[in-house]
Amino acid sequence: MAKIELKHISKKFKDETIIEDLNLTIKDGSFTVLVGPSGCGKSTTLRMVAGLEKQSGGEIWIDDKCVNDTPPGLRDVAMVFQNYALYPTMTVRGNIEFGLKNRGVPREEREKLVKDISEIVGLTPHLDKKPQSLSGGQRQRVALARAMVKKPKVFILDEPLSNLDAKLRNQMRTELIQLHKRLGTTFVYVTHDQVEAMSMGDEIVVMNKGVIQQADSPMKIYHDPANLFTAEFIGTPAMNIMNRKDVQGLDIQSAAGIGYVGFRPEQAMINAGADIEGYVLEGEILIRESLGAENIYQIQSRTGIFYVKTFLAPLVTADRVTVTVPHDDLYYFGLSGERLRGIEVSTKRPVPAGGI
Amino acid sequence: MKFLKAVNNNTIGGTPIGASAEDKWTGQRSIQANLRKTLRVVLSVLNVVGLLVLVLIFAMPFVWMISTSLKTMPETMIFPPEWIPKNLVWQNYADAWNTGPFLSYFVNSVVISVGILILQMLTIIPASYAFARYKFRGSNFLFGIVMVTLMIPAQLIFLPVYLELSAFKLLNTHLGLILPFASSAFGIFLLRQAFKQISDELLEAARLDQAAEWKIILKIMVPMVKPVLVTFALFSFIAHWNDYFWPLVMTTNETARTLPLGIAKIREVEGVATWNILMAGNLILVAPILLVFFLSQRQIIKAFVYNGVK
Repeated sequence: MAKIELKHISKKFKDETIIEDLNLTIKDGSFTVLVGPSGCGKSTTLRMVAGLEKQSGGEIWIDDKCVNDTPPGLRDVAMVFQNYALYPTMTVRGNIEFGLKNRGVPREEREKLVKDISEIVGLTPHLDKKPQSLSGGQRQRVALARAMVKKPKVFILDEPLSNLDAKLRNQMRTELIQLHKRLGTTFVYVTHDQVEAMSMGDEIVVMNKGVIQQADSPMKIYHDPANLFTAEFIGTPAMNIMNRKDVQGLDIQSAAGIGYVGFRPEQAMINAGADIEGYVLEGEILIRESLGAENIYQIQSRTGIFYVKTFLAPLVTADRVTVTVPHDDLYYFGLSGERLRGIEVSTKRPVPAGGI
Repeated sequence: MKFLKAVNNNTIGGTPIGASAEDKWTGQRSIQANLRKTLRVVLSVLNVVGLLVLVLIFAMPFVWMISTSLKTMPETMIFPPEWIPKNLVWQNYADAWNTGPFLSYFVNSVVISVGILILQMLTIIPASYAFARYKFRGSNFLFGIVMVTLMIPAQLIFLPVYLELSAFKLLNTHLGLILPFASSAFGIFLLRQAFKQISDELLEAARLDQAAEWKIILKIMVPMVKPVLVTFALFSFIAHWNDYFWPLVMTTNETARTLPLGIAKIREVEGVATWNILMAGNLILVAPILLVFFLSQRQIIKAFVYNGVK
């Protein structure tokens, strides 16, 4: 169990600055997910924590100890790689106990540890096989076992599920959550998949271009995004964002420079009726995606395309629809994308024909 | 079902619609399938025949050597030649062995070839690992120098090397024949490529597993490039086992001379070429190489096939 602190971290590759002045505290025992688009610096951050990459500036603390000059093997950190990185010439057992051997753990203890771990991850029948003869899911388990057997303070997982097929990915996701509960160790997990982040993390760090956009609990990130980037990145389909200039019919009582107005597809209502107070848009349904429990509509309004998601509601067959978004569910962002809070609005009456 | 019936009964004047056209179509398809099958058989027969021809071409000199080594001297001259000698003359092997100090030649050959191999392994593994995995100042330049040595023929440098060895009193010694080949540019090049192909993540995993650098090399990297290493070892062993030029130049007496020199001497001793004895000598020379090859065959094939875990 350990707390990780990154203080004023920067990272440069030659002349290119990847990360500048990054500050982050990863709570002891948390399942923290670093999420962001490719090249946002999340993997680099992770690798710096593991010691595989040296930061250009700043300090990394694991459990009140500055590990700036500690080699990776001595940081008490275990890592699961995207491509598993299993030693192909060793058996499953050899892979799992390699780290223990290097630490000089006596043979009997080693055997017991390997036995226990392989029972947990269900590898006991495969201990004497080479990784080549295992399936993707089994290899993933070997990689997990190899990390777990060392009983590290911190688990680092770098997109560990991205090489698995969809079904296995879901299964492993659940298993990882259970594993975290069982071990109670700090997990740091990197992914570009926001669904993975939302479903697994109890703390999510959204990154873009080397800068932390928001670090919060999944629900806070979803309901209370700190900026335009987080709002658009989290949620499927993404939040609908409209330019302030295109939004007509909203009486905004604020002098603050609003640049963008947004709403989540699932908070908009189709043909809700006049008794619901809210911002009203009109448009034509272009595409209907029915996923059973939920339906996703792609709607063309006068100013652009937006999405609406409904749950357990019959599929709307009409072509032209009126969409209502309650005023409380509108999000406002400044011209540079920062979130604006506490803005009072009302709908101008009469509603201008044609919506936005 | 009703619908199906209606379709089946859809006839005009008693003939089912489109029946004849369909028959024709299936007929054409089966002819095509037959043709393709025949073509496949012909191709596979041609393939086998081609391979057999190649086997014959490669095996013939060997068979001829074995056959000649068991003939009497006059038999070797018969025309048309006979493939199977009337009486097998095993004495030829004893004669070949006794033309000179063959035991000493043999021991020298083993000591020198194996000695070179061991030294090369000790030098090329760390060197190629460093060139493949570490970034250090001047690494490209140094690797360039290594590559340049590949282009210099032995005939060009034997004189300075000879003088040097003579200065160190190493002529006519095993060490004198081993040391000039203590490292191999070809080996460094080959192994460097193999090390480069190994993913960085494996190394990082090992570092996180607290493995020391030497352990990473010996326990993870070297086993992964084993096929390449075995192939190189074989090339090196064959080259130095068969080497004629270098031992000839660097020895002035029998103490460190090797088998190829001994075989060459069979010819000199008799005045006329005694082909049967010579071939028996050659078989003694190649037997160890064939043995090594059979033992490492699987590894060699592996070396040329991509090997890795995804």
